[in-house]
Parts: sequence; C-alpha cells; structure tokens
Amino acid sequence: MTTRFREQLEEALFPPVIALLVALICGDLLIMSYGQSPATVYRLLLEGTWGNAYGFGQVLYKATTLTFTGLAVSLGIRAGLFNVGAESQLATGGFAAALIGLWLSPAMPGLIAVPICLIAAAAGGGVIGAIPGWLKVRFGAHEVIVTIMLNFIVLAFLNWIVAGHLHVAETLHTPEIRTGVVPRFDSFIGAFHGSAANLTIIIALLAAAAGWFYLFRSRRGFELRAVGLQPDAAEYGGVSVGGVWIRAMTLSGMIAGIGGVNYVLGYKHYYEEGFAGGSGFLGIAVALVGRNHPVGVVFAALFFATLSQGGLAIHAFVPKQMVEVLQGVVILAVAMSVPEVRAALRQARKPAAA
Amino acid sequence: MNPISFLTQTLRIAVPYLFAASGGVIAERAGIISLELEGLMLTGAFSATLGAHYSGSPLIGLLSGILGGLVFGLIHAVATIRYRANQVVVGIAINLLAIGVTRFFLKLAFASSSNSPRVNGFGGNQAAHGFDNPLLWMGLLVAPILAFFLYRTPFGLRVRAVGEHPDAAASVGIRVRRVQYIAVAISGMLAALGGVFLALDQHQFTDQMTAGRGFIAVAAVIFGRWDPVRAALACLLFAAAETLQIQLQGNQLIPSQFVEMIPYALTIIALAGVVGRAVPPAALGKTAE
Repeated sequence: MTTRFREQLEEALFPPVIALLVALICGDLLIMSYGQSPATVYRLLLEGTWGNAYGFGQVLYKATTLTFTGLAVSLGIRAGLFNVGAESQLATGGFAAALIGLWLSPAMPGLIAVPICLIAAAAGGGVIGAIPGWLKVRFGAHEVIVTIMLNFIVLAFLNWIVAGHLHVAETLHTPEIRTGVVPRFDSFIGAFHGSAANLTIIIALLAAAAGWFYLFRSRRGFELRAVGLQPDAAEYGGVSVGGVWIRAMTLSGMIAGIGGVNYVLGYKHYYEEGFAGGSGFLGIAVALVGRNHPVGVVFAALFFATLSQGGLAIHAFVPKQMVEVLQGVVILAVAMSVPEVRAALRQARKPAAA
Repeated sequence: MNPISFLTQTLRIAVPYLFAASGGVIAERAGIISLELEGLMLTGAFSATLGAHYSGSPLIGLLSGILGGLVFGLIHAVATIRYRANQVVVGIAINLLAIGVTRFFLKLAFASSSNSPRVNGFGGNQAAHGFDNPLLWMGLLVAPILAFFLYRTPFGLRVRAVGEHPDAAASVGIRVRRVQYIAVAISGMLAALGGVFLALDQHQFTDQMTAGRGFIAVAAVIFGRWDPVRAALACLLFAAAETLQIQLQGNQLIPSQFVEMIPYALTIIALAGVVGRAVPPAALGKTAE
C-alpha cells in the first residue's frame, strides 16, 4: 500500500466514521427522549433489516435506487458540479420507461423490451440533466439553483400529464406495464421472501463499475476530473470545460434516470406520482458519505437504505422519523468534518514529511 | 373576481415569502448561500406551535418560533463559517433535518404524525380578513426595513462588503466571520417568522406545512437580484399568481400545475439573464474550502 493511497483512504474514511459516531450519539439521545433503551432499539433495527430475508431484500431494493442517485450526484461533483436535480431526473426516467413500456407490444420478449425501456429512462433523465448543464455553459446560470427549480417544474409537469391524461381511474398512477418488466428475485429464485428486491440491482452494480471505469480509466473521465479539480488549468491544458460540464450533467441525469426503472419496471410496474420520495436528495448524502467514489457510493447506499428500512422496524418503540433526523445529522457531520479532517491529517503528517 | 379580495388574499399569501426571502437576502449578501430557508420556516412553524401550546399565548409562540429559527440558523452558521462545510450541502441537510426533527417531536409532543392540536394564534376576527394579525403587518414592513438596514447603516455596509469581497473587508478591520454569524442568525429568525405566521394564522402545525414555500423564497431572492425590495416585489408577484389560481379554481383555464411552475420558471429565466443579468454577491458560497 503506497503512502499516497493510504492518505487517500484516510481522508475518505475518517469523515463517514466521525459522522457515524455523531449519529450514534444523537440516536441515543432521541431514543432516550422516548424512554427506550438504545441497545434494544439498535438491535431491533438490525434484526429488521439485515436480520431477515424480507428486511434485507427491502434494504437491497432501496439501496439500488440510492446507488443510482448517489452515482449521479458524485459524477457531477467529480466535474465540479452540484446536481440537486436527481429527484426529478429519477422521476422522468421512470416516467419515460413506463411510457415506452405501455406502448410496446405485450408480445415483445423481455430481453428486447427491457433494454428499450432502459434507453428511454436514460434519455428522459439525460434531457433533464442536460438543461442545467447547457444553461450553465451558455448563460452562466448556477446549476444548483436551476436543478432545484427544475425539480419543481418537472415534477409538476409529470403530475399534470399523469393526473390529467394517463392515470387509471381513482388512482394517481399509470396503467400497468405489460412488457419490459424486470423480475423480482422472489419470483424466480424464491429469495428475499416477497420483498421488492429485483434484478435492477445488477444494473446498479454494472453502473457503478462503468462509473469507476469511466472516471478512473478513460480519457474522458480524466478530463472530467481535471475540470472538477481546476477548471482553468484544464482549459489551459486543452480541455473544453463547457463541453465537459454539459456531458457530465447529461451523464449524471442519465444515471439518475435509469434509477427510475427500479420502481417502475422492477417493483410496481407503473409510474406513480411521488415515487421518487426523496431518493434524489438522499443521493446527495450517499455521494457525500461515499466520498464520490463508485465503491463508496454502493456502501453508502446500503447504509442509508438500512437506516430507512430500519425506521420501519423500530416504529413500535420510537417513531420512524428518528432515522430522518439521523440522515440529516450524518450529512451535516460529514460535510463539517471533510475540510477539518483534511486540515487535521495534513497537520499530523507534517513532521513525518519534514 | 373582486379586486379587494384579490389584493388582500395576495398580501396574506405573500407574508411567509416576504419573511423568508428577507432572511435569504441578508444571509446571501453576507456571502452565505441560504438554501435552508424551507427548513428554517418549518422549524419556526413547529417551535411557535410548541410555545403557543404550552403557554397558551401566541406571543410566547412567536418568541419560541424565533428561537427555533435562531438555533437552526446557528447550526448553519457554525457548519459553514466555523467548519467551512459546503454551504449547499449544509442547506440541504438542514432542510432534511428540519423535516425529521419536526416530525419526530410532533409525535413526541402531540402523539400525532400529521398535526398538532389547535393552539392560540393571532387573528381570527373574520371581519378584519386577517388584518388584525400583527405578524402580517410585520411581514409587509420587513423588506423596507431590511433595505434601510442594508443600504443606510454601517452594519449593512459591512454585510455587503463581506459578501462582495471578504479579504478587502478584513483588511479595513471588519470582522468577517462575526458579521457572517450575525447575518445568518438574523436570516434564521426572519425565515422562521414566515413559518410562525403560517402556524399561528392556521392555529396549528401540520406535517411539512411549509410545502416548498422556502424554495419559492429562494427563487424570489434570485429573481429580485439579492435586493430586499425587488425580492419583496418578486414575492408579491408569486403570491398574486397563486391567488389568481385559487380564485380561478374550477375555471380550468390554466392547469394548477402550470401556475405552480411560475416562480421556478421565472427564476431560471432570471438566471439565464433574459431580464437583465442576475449578478450574485461576488463571494457567495466562497467560504467553502
């Protein structure tokens, strides 16, 4: 293990560990405010998630969506861009997949239909991601504000289409998709006992692997990281910063868009208003805790998925909203510890280097 | 449609935006991005309800609402100023935290996951159409007061200097961090007042009752180009659009979803420079690393 690698690992691992400790302390306080014993509640949380087949399947299902949104956000950050729009990109991707899935002939084999739906999802999310990228390059509009505003616009627009034109009577969702369905593990290998875990997991892991290859092994990924670290230097080195920004935002939107498939093709088989349910915003937390590395993102997604499923497991003793508090605490603690940790480590290494 | 009722309804709808946008203006003029307005409003609404519930007095509710906003504003300040955390991340974290905390303690205090019991609030005199509510008048006056404060007082000058060029400000002896702390603390209290108005006007707290109003306030700050009076005009514009929608309901001329989009679409247009360049304070967000 080279020194450089060890330093990187330390910088990557310290903030999440600190955040976890802070979250544990806050969790203890919250649990005790309900007059419960923290040990009991944490045990229940683990039993209800990693401790049984259904709970674990649900964790995997939730982690799948979060892996996509986390990858999307982290890809943007690597290019120096903050994509706060994963929420609407996810919804647009899911909507596009549902629309194409409804339109395809039911006779079409799944092996053809699913990839077509995936392409539709990527295209839908990609378009929504490309807009803020283009506005930034063309007009200098800050991508954070534009993506936040687009979240509201896009979700209202999708609601208008679904509520006004596409919904099944008495519901707020589209008709059920007949083709392009991604099977649940439960249905073909009988695993995870009726939980929502489905084959989209494999697509998520492939996306993480592809993201890693793109970022660290391809020329384009190198350009993207160069722009993220120092746009002026990258420009001077012959990289088109504007081009990289648009490409990064488009790719980011595409990844988030594909995430919409997990619910639409893998779980419910229809598009439903509000299905994104904050996964896009949690993607920011996932990217942050995963330190913008595809491998870190997968683990961070599992962590946040465990928290969110764990909330249901402890609900009888402490309200499930406790995990929402803890999610916020974790994000705050990581964000606060990142610059501090960097400074502290630099300080600690100084004598050794001198 | 009655023009008087249109006007009064617009003003009432605008009040929460006016408070929150004023909070956003002062924090951002000091260089701190304020995406957390939504969370501050929600905290303000909840702590006001708690205070009014346990004391029976809307005035105590008002004060505890301000206190709640102050606490969350200080969390934001410590994270971004002391620890130099990324301001956007902290803003989003505070929004998530506020949703979680208010829900958790709603359950703890009132054993409900949706709303608090009825508390004593301001207003309630039907003949006055809600104009007997002192918070409403405060809301209508906050922007001009803030404008005076920002452009006509030494402290306002310091706030603006810190947001434009912190190094230059420091070199003439302004204590940059202290000014930022104060600005963000005021921002927290002002934005919280937006939530306090909602809670005490409706005489209860309901889960996520701010419903995106904090983000509309962020939109108004940008559309108003970081100026208190222009931001207030943007708030009134957004409120008028909402009122129009409410009063035209059932008319089906424009689907409600399209009216909802107006503030957000206008913000993007403003950022794209179509209505004149939107130039943020030069050092906005710069304390992050």
